[in-house]
Amino acid sequence: MAAGNRPLSPHLQVYRWQMSMLFSILHRITGVGLALGLVLLTWWLVAAASGADYFNTVHAVMASWIGRVILLGFTASLFFHLCNGLRHLAWDAGYGFEIEDMQKTGRLVLAATVVLTLGTFLIGYGGL
Amino acid sequence: MSDRSLRTPLARARGLGSAKGGTHHFWLQRLTAIALVPLTVWFALSVASLATVDLPAVVTWMKSPLSALLMLSFLLAGFWHMKLGLQVVIEDYVHSEWRKVTCLILNNLISMFLALAATLAVLKMLLGG
Repeated sequence: MAAGNRPLSPHLQVYRWQMSMLFSILHRITGVGLALGLVLLTWWLVAAASGADYFNTVHAVMASWIGRVILLGFTASLFFHLCNGLRHLAWDAGYGFEIEDMQKTGRLVLAATVVLTLGTFLIGYGGL
Repeated sequence: MSDRSLRTPLARARGLGSAKGGTHHFWLQRLTAIALVPLTVWFALSVASLATVDLPAVVTWMKSPLSALLMLSFLLAGFWHMKLGLQVVIEDYVHSEWRKVTCLILNNLISMFLALAATLAVLKMLLGG
């Protein structure tokens, strides 16, 4: 089917940025990011299964500052996708579509992501 | 899709849908999502507590049947959810037919390969000497 020169309806750029659209996009971006996180997890598991030498190499990469930045991004993505995913499950069941509810649960997702990410890093590196 | 077919697009779409699977993809995406809610909380806590330990401690942890069971469950639900999610992203953004089919095949094969690699690593630690 020739789709080349048919007119297009207005796309994303005509809308003012809103939390609902930002979070929808972030859900997809963090999802793709988490796929890379699963690659990282597989690498870590395979390294742990193949002996101390290789494990220590992988461990050193992940303990470096750039490794920790990546793990921080991975952790934040994981919790954002988890919390926002709960909203998606509620929407699938037909709940939470009122604008005030969307705003409220959206802010809750953001707060929970920050708290859970920092908490996880405290457990990991803060000796909690 | 042939232009010569006498069937209307609606008649073709009714019943089976273009993927011949109806809501199967949607349902599995939600099922794995629900499974991943508790598994992700467990995973994050466990892996965070392993962040600064050495290899023997990691292997000891993985030798616990509960850890191994939950890790394998996390991997199964996680990789499945990942494969389904990436499939939607590919279908949304890759429009050329042969490129789309290539991406979908690679998505399936790479997801399965990585899931098997991670599973084998867990089993090796669980059962190894």
